[in-house]
Amino acid sequence: MDIRVQSAPFDPGQLLSEFTARQSTSGAVVTFTGLTRDLEGTLATMEIEHYPGMTEKALAQIATEAQTRWPLDDVLILHRHGALKPTEPIMMVATASKHRKAAFEAADFLMDYLKSRAPFWKKEVTADGANWVVAKDEDEAALKAWER
Amino acid sequence: MKIDVLYFAWLRERIGESREVIETSAATATELMDELRALSPHHAAAFADISALRVAYDQELTDFDTPLGNTREVAFFPPMTGG
Repeated sequence: MDIRVQSAPFDPGQLLSEFTARQSTSGAVVTFTGLTRDLEGTLATMEIEHYPGMTEKALAQIATEAQTRWPLDDVLILHRHGALKPTEPIMMVATASKHRKAAFEAADFLMDYLKSRAPFWKKEVTADGANWVVAKDEDEAALKAWER
Repeated sequence: MKIDVLYFAWLRERIGESREVIETSAATATELMDELRALSPHHAAAFADISALRVAYDQELTDFDTPLGNTREVAFFPPMTGG
């Protein structure tokens, strides 16, 4: 398991190469990379606040839960904080498993959980001012679908 | 007991502090919020609608009516928007 919380930019391609090179028993690697949307050209910066200490714990808990539900060989979660420019990568998850189904499902699960259960808050700064991004009801509904 | 109270996102902006130490005898976050509302109009406004808030005890998400017990750090924040 590899959990990283950082303000520094990252190269998704390099991260994927390193993650893939570490796997010796897997037949499938799935990744998701989240980018800062540019709001049709109006976004100046996306500021991401987090709760140092809780963030790392929450991400590790989410990764552990994924490992108990699917036969995963490895999990990576990287999430940035601080001020990001439009189109910059914000975060990445990667899962490695013997077979693709587990890797796909676990990556989807990780994304749904870290959207609403990891302590990050996004603020969009535009020429017109700054607005905190409001959590969507559908994000909470997505979690319900994973409950069992 | 003394508790570190932390605020994040718009809650932090509305209150004007990211952290304060509160001497309290509150048994739950619900009771703690009653005490916080009395501190200033900013606090009262920030805690006006708790359906817009979440709470963590010692960095674990929980419910407002969970007993505080030996909790040292209580964080209040809006619903999270990661990913």
